Amino acid sequence: MESLILVLVGILVAVATYLILSKQLLRVILGTAVLSHAAHLLILTMGGLKKGDVPLLGESEGPYTDALPQALILTAIVISFAVTAFVLVLGYRAYKTNGSGNFDELRGTPDE
Amino acid sequence: MSNMIVLPLIVPVITAILLVFLKERVILQRIISLLTLSFIVIICIILLLEIQQQGVMRIDFSGWAPPFGISFVADSFATLLVLVANLVAVICMLYAIFTIELRYEKMYFYPFTLLMVAGVNGSFLTGDIFNLFVCFEVMLLASYALISLGGEKIQLREALKYVLINIVASWIFLVALAFLYGTVGTLNMAHISVRVMEAGANPLITTVSLIFLIVFSLKAGLLLFFWLPGSYSVPPTAIAALFAALLTKVGVYALVRTFTLLFPNNTEVTHIALGIMAGITIVAGCIGALSGRDVRTIASYNVLIGVGFIVAGLAIGTESALQGVIYYLMHDMVAKAMLFLAVGMMIYVTGETVIDKMSGLIRNYPFFGWLFFILMCSLAGIPPLSGFLGKVLIGQGAIEGGNFVLLGLGFFSSLIVLYSLLRIFLSSFFGETIISLEDEKPLPKRILLPLTLLAACTIGLGIGAERLAPFVTDAAETLYTPSTYIDAVLDGELWQGEVNK
Repeated sequence: MESLILVLVGILVAVATYLILSKQLLRVILGTAVLSHAAHLLILTMGGLKKGDVPLLGESEGPYTDALPQALILTAIVISFAVTAFVLVLGYRAYKTNGSGNFDELRGTPDE
Repeated sequence: MSNMIVLPLIVPVITAILLVFLKERVILQRIISLLTLSFIVIICIILLLEIQQQGVMRIDFSGWAPPFGISFVADSFATLLVLVANLVAVICMLYAIFTIELRYEKMYFYPFTLLMVAGVNGSFLTGDIFNLFVCFEVMLLASYALISLGGEKIQLREALKYVLINIVASWIFLVALAFLYGTVGTLNMAHISVRVMEAGANPLITTVSLIFLIVFSLKAGLLLFFWLPGSYSVPPTAIAALFAALLTKVGVYALVRTFTLLFPNNTEVTHIALGIMAGITIVAGCIGALSGRDVRTIASYNVLIGVGFIVAGLAIGTESALQGVIYYLMHDMVAKAMLFLAVGMMIYVTGETVIDKMSGLIRNYPFFGWLFFILMCSLAGIPPLSGFLGKVLIGQGAIEGGNFVLLGLGFFSSLIVLYSLLRIFLSSFFGETIISLEDEKPLPKRILLPLTLLAACTIGLGIGAERLAPFVTDAAETLYTPSTYIDAVLDGELWQGEVNK
């Protein structure tokens, strides 16, 4: 099961890399979103997928599943959600102000 | 008493939230944010004295003993940096109050700055590596907002690049965390250190440490600095000064922490990598500083030289080099804030950014000219100013460690720093006066106040080094012998026994 998830992580990273390397602003932003999902899945897998019972003392004999990776992912998801929301708004403003969503045209001129 | 450790994080967060509701009352916002930052400075001084007496302090949130809960750990190193960072932040904020436009102030400039400072303080103080990631993100999100505040064309463009680079860097941080957790099974920094030492020179752990090296290098502008000159030259002066003083230094702090505490085993790989990266950064920074004609570009490349020099000290890694690293980090925060403020002021009074188009400023603004002279001496490391002691100690460490290449590069870079600033000084301050007395933009005394305060700080750090010495020695000792830190966090012997079982 772990290997399967790791392959999935690899696919997500590949997709995200492809998107980030493109020149369209929106694709790049979507790429970063996919990238963060890959990281979350990776954390989950590194902690070991479901190995035992719910970690509630007294409810079961154990062994328990490590709950820490889930806590980490929860935090990371919230952060990546906020960052994605911000960068979408920023991208929209940059598109409106600069009149282009193409990174070739967002490069700037040397005399600025 | 140890509850005080959390104040540098929690107080700015709470006041920042409060200030959001005072959007229209700008005067009140100014007063509250200045008071908040000054309050943290006082807290840090008390904390430093306390640490001298009772050693490294820690606080376990909700009573979860380490390594299970998140804890904040205040050793002399972290507390000194929080102190200087907040001191510099107060002064930059003072400059912002005098200069920044009202529309910035009304668009939540103060709350964002306070949140950024909160993130910086949290990054310095935390004892948990995932919490370090969270504090980094708090700081970065606030900085994303600050860099795009104002919504100018060029700002939005550079902000986009800055944000995207940092998202990718944070992603690498998460991946490194995942691998670290998979390898050692803990996130408490002291506990990681114990587990890593038990594992010995494990290639897997070395690989993880190299991933961390990439992450923090991106944040610190070490070798992977391509994003820095662009994004540090677009925001208003006060914000750029805050960025230059605080953000890269947090990355450097993380590098120091990681490679003294977390991964001390495989130094022949990690420290050589650090040394090479530091060397290349110094050389590249020098080339950039020499070739730049725009004052902001020259200032940005000077930031890189500073980072390279500090990391060179870390790569050398002897105790006196680490002392030098601490002195130089404090000096660099003050001096880089001052450099960016001075550069911003030059652009303000002349309306030009290229050095050849400014001339004879010292005739119009004599006091400002002399302040710039002090700054130049301080950055070049001329005694008795603050840059001197750090350079001496890092140099001494390099000779002890037999690391002559880094020694040569470090002192060579001092000359280049001096030359690059001398070039600004000669062409912009000396020479024929081109601004006539009638056209001269008035430079009220109060705008020069922040620069004067920073100059006082750099002189004070240099002359008062004797008084700072006990704190710095203690900080360097803790860095050099990680067991002091580990004992303080994991309650000493008790924990060691449990691990061996």
